[in-house]
Parts: sequence; structure tokens; C-alpha cells
Amino acid sequence: MAWYVGRRFLQLIPVFLGATLLIYAMVFLLPGDPILALGGDRGISDALAERLRERYNLDEPFLVQYLLYLKGIFSLDFGITFSGEEVIDVMKRVFPVTFQLAVMALLFEGIFGIGFGLIAGLRKGKLFDSTALVLSLIVIAVPTFVIGFVLQFVVGVKLGWLPPTVGSNVNFKTLLMPAIVLGAVSFAYVLRLTRTSVAENLSADYVRTATAKGVSRSRVINVHVLRNSLIPVVTFLGADLGSLMAGAIITEGIFNINGVGGTLYRAIIQGQAPTVVSLTTVLVIVYILSNLLVDLLYAVLDPRIRYA
Amino acid sequence: MSHPTHEPIVDATGAVHAPHGSAPLLQVRDLQVEFMTNTGPVQAVRGANLTVYPGQSVAIVGESGSGKSTTAHAVIDLLPGTGKVTGGSIVFDGQDITHASAKQMVDVRGKQIGLVPQDPMSNLNPVWKIGFQVKEALRANGIATGKEADKRVAELLAEAGLPDAERRANQYPHEFSGGMRQRALIAIGLAARPKLLIADEPTSALDVTVQRVILDHLEGLTQQLGTAVLFITHDLGLAAERAEHLVVMYRGQVVESGPSRKILADPQHPYTQRLVSAAPSLASRRIQSAKERGVESTELLAATGGEGARRSDEVVKVENLTKVFQIRGGRPGQTTEFKAVDDVSFSIKRGTTMALVGESGSGKSTVANVVLNLLDPTEGKVYFDGTDLSTLDSKELFAFRRRVQPIFQNPYGSLDPMYSIYRTIEEPLRVHKVGDRKSRENRVRELLDMVALPASTMRRFPAELSGGQRQRIAIARALALEPEVIVCDEAVSALDVLVQAQILTLLNDLQAELGLSYLFITHDLAVVRQIADEVCVMKTGQVVEAATTDEVFDNPRQPYTRELLAAIPGARLEVFGEGIEDLPA
Repeated sequence: MAWYVGRRFLQLIPVFLGATLLIYAMVFLLPGDPILALGGDRGISDALAERLRERYNLDEPFLVQYLLYLKGIFSLDFGITFSGEEVIDVMKRVFPVTFQLAVMALLFEGIFGIGFGLIAGLRKGKLFDSTALVLSLIVIAVPTFVIGFVLQFVVGVKLGWLPPTVGSNVNFKTLLMPAIVLGAVSFAYVLRLTRTSVAENLSADYVRTATAKGVSRSRVINVHVLRNSLIPVVTFLGADLGSLMAGAIITEGIFNINGVGGTLYRAIIQGQAPTVVSLTTVLVIVYILSNLLVDLLYAVLDPRIRYA
Repeated sequence: MSHPTHEPIVDATGAVHAPHGSAPLLQVRDLQVEFMTNTGPVQAVRGANLTVYPGQSVAIVGESGSGKSTTAHAVIDLLPGTGKVTGGSIVFDGQDITHASAKQMVDVRGKQIGLVPQDPMSNLNPVWKIGFQVKEALRANGIATGKEADKRVAELLAEAGLPDAERRANQYPHEFSGGMRQRALIAIGLAARPKLLIADEPTSALDVTVQRVILDHLEGLTQQLGTAVLFITHDLGLAAERAEHLVVMYRGQVVESGPSRKILADPQHPYTQRLVSAAPSLASRRIQSAKERGVESTELLAATGGEGARRSDEVVKVENLTKVFQIRGGRPGQTTEFKAVDDVSFSIKRGTTMALVGESGSGKSTVANVVLNLLDPTEGKVYFDGTDLSTLDSKELFAFRRRVQPIFQNPYGSLDPMYSIYRTIEEPLRVHKVGDRKSRENRVRELLDMVALPASTMRRFPAELSGGQRQRIAIARALALEPEVIVCDEAVSALDVLVQAQILTLLNDLQAELGLSYLFITHDLAVVRQIADEVCVMKTGQVVEAATTDEVFDNPRQPYTRELLAAIPGARLEVFGEGIEDLPA
């Protein structure tokens, strides 16, 4: 087990180098000169442009730029944004917000997806099951921003139950609605996955054996059906944490949240290589770590899996 | 099992009355079970009658689809899917449980009626420890909890014949062999000391020697506890050996019931007669080809004319074959070696059948894969018609594939469900570019005719065919390229006994007609007796005994071979062997 975890951590090194190089190259290849764009319609003096290019190493060839950036990272210097802020400060500001949002979305889809999926699976073919299937299909089919705007308008503006936007006021209550919107699509997938898995496990031989032992139905479901059914669901949820953080950009836009999504979007538009690369690399690492966590959790749920 | 005090008497309805008037433990009357399907209700059980007295052992015998398992599952209200009892009554211990509530049934299950299920691989929950799963049975039936339960679990597992039970209780099912899992399931079934134990094909998934040990143990245990046993089995030999009373089911109905020996010696119903005559046993002889049975045709005569001359040469020769697998160890770079096949040599004479016999893990299937050139040997050589297989280049290998064809065990898995039968049989012809469309179609017709299936079959799909029909398709596909050697890897093991007999006869006729050579891989010595000319007995990768079939059966030299022979169900029943020869085939 220790060997396995160690090996997975070693794998992070090439992934980190590869991801940063790739993203740096892509930002570098973006059309247009970021410094000129910074000046906008008013233009920018040659001397200033020259100074800025030097400051951000933009006058160096691509590989040198990249290596200078890498060198900085090892002394925890992620570079500075065009507005003069340290990138690391930006990350400290935006990541906690997005992380909180993503975890809330994950909890929402996990608790309700598994709960409703279990009921639907146990009542396969009945009214609850059919309704859940149709509703989940609608949630999957309707784009996130439509759900977002509709909820924002109905719950936030018309009914006034929850604040319609977040802004600088980041707390559980303000993030609740964005989290539901963000987790909505995955919630529908978790529901369907759980339902299928439960329905399948219900007819498994070992479930019949457990029933034949004289074990009560509720215990058969909790002990024998649910745990086995959760194995594929946990895989999905773990992989989803990374996607939720990266995919929060639309939701963050709708609810005016100062998170990773919006910051990343602006940085890409402005061609701020250090900001884009740093944010994306952290996302990549979160993704890899959550996948590792899933694999380890997998071994906890299913004793047949042993890592070596 | 023999409880001499309980010699039952059969009346006209198939019911059994104990001579001394003790009340029956289980009484099933006119049981009807229906399954809902897309095309309407299907009756799986149509008026079954069955009586079990306390301490008695009864076996329900029948082929798959006869309703034997359904009857047993109806008794404990565990019918799968849409199954429903639509008529009749089930009385257990004086209490009518036909339409008992779910809560009542929870009380009956485990405590009153235990179940030992069929497949030990799928019947234990893979994510819980064995001990936990046994303890559950104790807790659910209010036998014991906590520390006391842990102690009892170890006792129960030890009682079921599991060595080192305390440590074993802390292991997971995947760390157990099939036989050990079945012992755990027996411990679970008997945990709450039920009055009746339903054993649904308890050992059909196990090797024959393991099967015997486990059944012996189960027999001793239930006798000691005074538990009545209801066996469900497709194996007449096993049923007769293990139960004092037989109930024969056919198409949802009980066609015959009575004391085991009486049924074997004097079967009344035509189905039972067929079952008795088809049951393979040590007493059966090698199947005679159609010609030897007296069916003569010019075609057959022509085919067998040259046989005598060709008999002497060896079509396949295996020399000092060794196959080692590398198994990944606990640390990176660390591997352990596993010798699956260890210095095996044998040869197959043209037009004859060589059987490789052994238990699972003996390496017999690995040998088959090497002969098919699907695996490369680690050491040793395989010669086909005098050519060393390892020297073939890809073109020659392609040509070799034509001459050696496999038939695999599971006809459900070896046919592509998306391919029509025509496409399935035509595929090898197309791959090897034999003939044009028209001639290939004629060939498919011819092949279907050869395996005794109507030409209309070719428009159908595997899912629409029975297991026996599918295996015929697999044979037709193997024959398509006119091979010289066919490797049959457990080709009849998954089939019911009557179908098995048909397929073996077919294979034998085809051998006589086409001069085929078979390499027959099987764990079933009774099958070997019927089809093989020569036998190699394998154990842990090595050939322990090699001789002609008659020699192996009449005069086994190795203790292991004797053990295998003794383990065949029905081997100890004399009446069984004798009955067969008098009956028409």
C-alpha cells in the first residue's frame, strides 16, 4: 500500500512538468500581443511596453520564459499578475472560495443522488423510479446556465429565500444555491448510477443468501446492497471533485462569485501566462489527488482490491 | 443418507408417508409457480407435490428448466424477479406458509429452513469478512451476539470442516477456494440449527474430489443434528447416493418419486428411464460410432475405410512441455513464478481421442492453449503432423489454425450474441477465404446438417437457442474449415446429462465419419469413459498417469487416479451401473 501511494506521488512529477509546459505553450501561442492589448484603445508607449516585456520576461524565447517560471515556482514565487499582485496571493484568495463551492456541490450530489438513487433502485419500475429517471434526464439535458438563471430568478429574486448573488459575502447560505446549480448535472448522473447499481445488486446471489439467513430486509439493503452498490458511485464522485472545481466557471459567473473560474477566464483573455499556468496546474494536481483518493477509497470499500 | 427407520412409502399422488405416522416436516401440495414475461405468464412449476419428514433426506432431480430450483425457492419465498406462487399450498411444521407475510418469512428463513446455495463463488458478499457473514446468521436469528457470537462462528466454521477456523473467519471470500467457500456457506445454512436444510446444487461448481469430501461432511453433520435435507440436483448419481428418497421433476411437474434405489433399478416414467440410461458412470462403455451401432451407409464406409492404415501416425506430439507464469509480487519488480505445466509429454494418434483429466488448477487448460498455439511454451515442443509449432512464421501459423480448431466449455460465452448463426459458422470460411458466397452458404447448410440442426437455424441468433443447440453450433463452426484436430476444452461440462450424451454421440459419429482427432480436456472421468481412447491424468501441472482408457478405469495405478474414480457420484451404487446396459439408448 505504502509503495503504491509512493509511486502515485512520484507520478505527480512528470504530470506537473508536462501540464505546466503544455499550458505555458498554449498561452504563449495565443494570438495577439498581451502588452499591446493591455493598453487598449489608447495605446501604450514603446518604452513602457519594453519595460513591461522585460519585467514579465516576455522578451525571452519560449523555453527560457518557461524555465524562468519553473525556477520561480521552486522558491514559491509564482510570478505576478499584470495588476501587480502576486499570483500566489490571487490563488490564496480564489481557491478557498471555489473549493468550498465544489465541496458543497459534491455533498449535495452525493447525499441526494445516492439517497434518491437508492429509493429508485429499490422501487424499480414504480412511480418514484420513473419520475426520478425523467427528472434526471431533464436536468442532464438542460444547460447549467439555464438552471442557474431560472433558480436565481425564482428562488433568489421572486421568493427571496436565498441571496441571489454572492459577491464578497462568501458563506454557507450564499453559496447554497450556486452549489446546487453546480452539482445538478452530476446529481442526476449519481442518481442514475446508484439506481442501476442497486437494482442490479438486489438480484445478486449473495443478497439472496443473506435473505435466506433470516436477516431482515432493511439490514440486507444497508449491509449487503448499499455498500456493494456504492463502489462505482464513489469512483464517479471522486473524479467529479476536480471537474466541479474546473467547471465552476459558468456558475461563478451567474452568481458573481470571485472564484477560480472567473479569475482564470480573465487571465486567459489577457494572456497572463503565469496566472493561467499556476491556476491550471493547481487544478491538475487537485484532479490527480482526488483520483488517488478515489483509488484508495475503492480499496476500503472493496477488499478484493489490493494495491501493490 | 440412510436412516433405516424412515423408509418411506409412495402413494399415487407422489406423496410419501412415513410408516410410523410421524407428522411431515414439509408438505408441498399442487404447487404452481408463474413468471411474468413480455409474452405473458410462463408456468415454471405445474402442480408439484413433495413431502419431507423430519430427519429425512429427499432429492429433487431434473434438468435445467425443470422447475426444481423454483420449487425449492418457493418454499422459502425467495423466488427471483417476477416469480409468484399462483396455486397449491406449502405447509411447514404444521404451519401454512404459502402466503405468509414478509415478516413471518424472516422468522422462518435461517431459523426453521436453512439454505445452502448453488454457486459458492457468487453467494458470499465479496466485501464482508467470512466471519461477519456467519455472525449475521447468528444475530439475525437471536442465537448469539458480541463476543459469544465470535466464538460460535469459529465453532460453526470448524464444524463445517474449515481448518484453522478462527483465523479464517477474519478473511474475505476471495481469499477462499471454492470448496472453502462452500463450507462457509454450509456453516451459514446450519448456523441457526434449522429443521430443514435446502441444498441447491451445493457442489456442482466444485471439483469432483472436493465435492465428495464436502457432501460426506454435510451428510455426517445433518445426520448428527437430525436435520432434514432437501437436495436439488441435476445429477442422478449424486442424488441417488446422497438421498434416501428421490423426486424426479420434468417440465414443472413431478413425474416420479420414491425410494432412490427403487427408482434407479426400476424407473417407471419414460423421462426417468432416459435420465437413468444417459447418466454417465464408470460402468458405461465408450460410445460406439454410428457404423458400429449398425447404421451403415456408403459415405460412412468410405470415410472409415482408410482409418486402420492411418491410426498409427501421431498427429499431435507434445514433448516435455513446461509453462511458467510470472505473478506480480507485493513490491515493484518483485515477481514469483508459477509453474502451471511441468514437463508434460503425450501424443495423439490420428483419428483417436486423447483425454486430459484433472481438477481445476491442474494445468490441463494451459496445455490446451499451448496446443492451440494461443500460448507459447516456456520449455518443450509441440509438434503438429511432424512440424514444430515454434518454427512457424505468421503465414504458416494462419494455415495451422485451419487444421486445429477449439470447442470451448461455455456455449453461452463462446458465440457472439450479435452474430446470426449463419455469420457465426461462415466467419472462419470468410477469414480463410474459402469459396465464394454461394458455396459458403451451401457449406453452412451442410455443417448444420452434420450437427443435426435444421437449415432454418442459420437465420437465428444464439440467444434463441438452448445450451445444447449452441454447443452444436460451436461444433459446426469448429468443423467449418475441415480441421484434423479439435481441442474440446470442457466441451460438455456445462450441459445437462441428456444433452451431454447427445453431444458426445455426435462428436463420436463425426470422428468416425471425418477421421478427426480430439484432445478432450475435462474434469469428469465419467465423460472420459464414454469418449476417450487414451487418458492422461494431470495433477498440479504434471501427468501422474497415462494409459488407455480401459487400463485407467479397470486398473488405476496411482492413488490420485483411484481417488478421482472413487469421487464420481454414483460410483458406489452398484444398481446404477447395472441398470444402464439393459436399457435401450
